[in-house]
Amino acid sequence: MAAVKSKGALVGNRLAIASVLVITLIFLAPIYWIASTAFKPRALATTVPPTVVFAPEITPFIKLFTKRVQLTKPVDPAAYDAAPWWEQRILDNGERVLRTGANVQLSAYPSRFMNSLIIAITSTVLAVGMGTLTAYGFSRFRIAGEKDMLFFILSTRMLPPVVVAIPMFLMYRAVGMTDTHIGLIILYTAFNLSFSVWLMKGFMDEIPKEYEEAALVDGYTRMEAFFKIVLPEAATGIAATAVFCFITAWNEYAFALIMTNRRAQTAPPFIPSQLGSGVIDWTVIAAGTFLFLLPVAIFTFALRGHLLRGVTFGAIRK
Amino acid sequence: MAMAAMTRLDPQSRAAARGWSDLSIRNLFILPTLAFLIVFNIFPLIYSLGYSFTDFRASTNAPANFIGLKNYRDLLGDEFIWNNFVVTAKYVLVSVAGQVLVGFGIALLLNRAFPFKGLVTTLLLLPMMMSMAVVGLFWKLLYDPSWGIINYIFRLGDFAWLSNRDAALYAVAITDIWMWSPFVMLLSLAGLSAVPKHLYEAAAIDRAGKWYTFRRITLPLVAPILLIAIIFRTMEAFKTFDLAYIMSSQDTTELISIKLYKMAFQEWQTGKSSALAYIVLIMVLAITNIYVKYLNRVKER
Repeated sequence: MAAVKSKGALVGNRLAIASVLVITLIFLAPIYWIASTAFKPRALATTVPPTVVFAPEITPFIKLFTKRVQLTKPVDPAAYDAAPWWEQRILDNGERVLRTGANVQLSAYPSRFMNSLIIAITSTVLAVGMGTLTAYGFSRFRIAGEKDMLFFILSTRMLPPVVVAIPMFLMYRAVGMTDTHIGLIILYTAFNLSFSVWLMKGFMDEIPKEYEEAALVDGYTRMEAFFKIVLPEAATGIAATAVFCFITAWNEYAFALIMTNRRAQTAPPFIPSQLGSGVIDWTVIAAGTFLFLLPVAIFTFALRGHLLRGVTFGAIRK
Repeated sequence: MAMAAMTRLDPQSRAAARGWSDLSIRNLFILPTLAFLIVFNIFPLIYSLGYSFTDFRASTNAPANFIGLKNYRDLLGDEFIWNNFVVTAKYVLVSVAGQVLVGFGIALLLNRAFPFKGLVTTLLLLPMMMSMAVVGLFWKLLYDPSWGIINYIFRLGDFAWLSNRDAALYAVAITDIWMWSPFVMLLSLAGLSAVPKHLYEAAAIDRAGKWYTFRRITLPLVAPILLIAIIFRTMEAFKTFDLAYIMSSQDTTELISIKLYKMAFQEWQTGKSSALAYIVLIMVLAITNIYVKYLNRVKER
């Protein structure tokens, strides 16, 4: 294996690595830009030329979470000193925080973020739970027309959201389920279920049948063998599938746009809708985007060994 | 039910012999999923198939009138709808071609050992994990004509990418390329790493040129997996809604999904949009069919 490499090949290799690093920086630039905008003072967000070096501040995040109005008269210095530090940041910007009684009024962002969390987590649990069982069924038992059924399951995933949304909207409207959490949970569960079946089937196929067969011989029932032998073996696969389902549900836009408008609205339709409302403060939008993207970035690192499998529905495992 | 399943049974007992038969476990595990998908995906489609033969409008209380195939005839004869399909085809072509060039190119560069390779690869994959809607939103910031960094870096003055009729579609496609090249890269990397090293060694002994080696060894062996990437991205690009809808409101970026959305939820032409949904659906299912066929072929290797 000790291939002798020419000097030219070595230089070529170095060049390739250098260009990969440059390309990586270019690819990350947009993400860096939105992240840095989230920490900029408002006046520096839209400067020409763009501001690269600045003192980061967290005022955009304070604004993101609070309801504010423009100050109409100068702040009383005593009141300014009495205000907590985060409120002073708002006052510095010529705005004041709205309160009901003593309570600070929250902006819509935290509730949209919570909706996203509730809907993504619930639909993930349902999709992965049902998907794991179904994958085990397809992996271990002989089923007539198995290939056709698996194709049917996958094809439901490929349906364009707007196509499904037209009849679902009418049905939800008829039973009063538009703008409800459960409405979106059902849609996301259906959407992730096929993915979860395919991905879990790949993981199930990798667990040797001999494990359960040995357990069956030892007097376990099939159910016991499934819960005590197969499930623990499949834990990594289940976790990876769950993270993928969570990200898909977390990111989904079209269904959320069509089916919700306020009460159950998730973050993806909400964040861009801020653009339409009056004066645009890009630092606040960037702060909202930054918080929204953060979990996905963390999960991407957690998933890095399974990404290939995930994006090919378990077909390519490497 | 679950309790009974969890109880340890004496293997000799008759209870164990009765137990849950494999057949009932199989049904218990599979049928709920099939039922769920049928109720929430197939039934709605049947429901809208019915509406596609009517002039129903969900915004009024007027009853739906059966009008036969009129919706389909109107749609297929409507030059504006054809224009939406042309826009979509252009978008698919530009963005998928871009993704393959960039993604495969990066994969070729990445296909060697170097420090922090894993970290670099994961960082490159970040864009494709993000929400299309949010990506579209923050690319608007980058494309801004007066203070966006893209115009600043490329010295483009106040060129308005997203409100320029001719440039908008390409601007959206560039964002899509940024987002999804990593996908092609990921699959290409898997294909490249599966090429047996000894083939390259044999080629080196035969003093085969770099281009020749690439064309005769690398490309044919990576082709099947690259094809999967292309089919999948074609299907996804064909369905694109979020990105283009958020980024631009030009009629030159009105992809078929956007037209469908507007027809159904802004113009409330429920019957007609159901018909259009069916036309789109059939096209998507055709691509899906090809995709699954290739997926199974690569899987069996």
